[in-house]
Amino acid sequence: MTHNTITIDGQEVPFEVGQTIMDAALAAKVYIPHLCHYPGLTPHGNCRLCSIEIGKKSVAACTTPAVAGQQISSNTPAINAARKSITQMLFIEGNHICPSCEKSGNCKLQAMGYFLGMLDEHFPQFYQRRKIDASHADIVLDRDRCILCDLCVRASREVDGKNVFAIAGRGTEAHLIVNSSSGKLVDSNLEVDDLAANICPVGAILKKSQGYDVPIGERIYDQHTISEIGLQESIAKESKSDDN
Amino acid sequence: MSFLDMDERLVALLEQVEFNRSPLTDIKHCGSCEIGLIEGGVCNAENVKVLQEFRANCKTLIAVGACAINGGVPAMRNHFDLKDCLQEAYETGIGVTNPQIPNDTELPLLLDKVYPIHEVVPVDYYLPGCPPSADAFLQILGPLLAGKEPVLSSDHLHYD
Repeated sequence: MTHNTITIDGQEVPFEVGQTIMDAALAAKVYIPHLCHYPGLTPHGNCRLCSIEIGKKSVAACTTPAVAGQQISSNTPAINAARKSITQMLFIEGNHICPSCEKSGNCKLQAMGYFLGMLDEHFPQFYQRRKIDASHADIVLDRDRCILCDLCVRASREVDGKNVFAIAGRGTEAHLIVNSSSGKLVDSNLEVDDLAANICPVGAILKKSQGYDVPIGERIYDQHTISEIGLQESIAKESKSDDN
Repeated sequence: MSFLDMDERLVALLEQVEFNRSPLTDIKHCGSCEIGLIEGGVCNAENVKVLQEFRANCKTLIAVGACAINGGVPAMRNHFDLKDCLQEAYETGIGVTNPQIPNDTELPLLLDKVYPIHEVVPVDYYLPGCPPSADAFLQILGPLLAGKEPVLSSDHLHYD
């Protein structure tokens, strides 16, 4: 019998044929940092936080299939330094003013900064001017904080069976758009219980009227690391699939 | 102000340090110092001059708090042109009487945007938080005063 295993930082990790390195790692409770990966959604490799090295080649763990015998480096000082730089670039590209953001404490970008020991944003700020869409009764879209992870786009298409969001433009012009006649959320069929309205890792898509239900200081990443929560999300998804 | 949250621990600190230019003293210009703590973003010409004076006189310069590090809440004005901000505040805003944009030579000129301090001068250390806690201050200052490299522990790393 051939052993379907890969090795991540010296640890043997089993996988099933067809699994990505990310899926195999999370199933084995090995955390690989990620922002745009979500168990069950098609991986896109947008954020590059899950960059790992197979030999000397750098690849995204979320889109690379696991192949028997792969020797993978992930949790090394050099790779984590690169991940910190990526996180800093995500910060300076948008307008991430944590003290004024409702999502502070529940934000995965912020939690990634904490996890990687990011003290400053290093690069010059872009201070981009992006449009807010507060037209929807229950949901607000603040593009200032969008990191273009594409999770809402995929959640809407793949889980909600709708097609509310898309990414338009390229490079620094890339931005989240709403597929409705007016381009506004109010004219879309987005509903507050849709996965797309709940999946945003940052404070770009927020539900109205509940921003401070949980006080600052008592929120998820005030009490847990993103590695703990990342593994929990994966386990929760697995047990849900088993139930079905 | 969160610096003062050190409370009685300030007494022990004062046995090791002497305050030069600070909100606790009436010194107008920064003299030669070991450590400079700068809070706030850079929003006007005077801020630039003061910051440059600190950089020239302080062996170690520390950016303290969210505004110093990335512009913070005041940088939300970067969403608008400076002219529009001034017009809204002093000419067209609701409740404005005797509308005129202040133009006294004594007033420092506003910059086009609010900038983090590391975009104006080189910065040696960063102490994030809005504001950083007294413990976070001590975690940085303690080792620095002992001539060691400071490390902020993860439980004191916060951006809010």
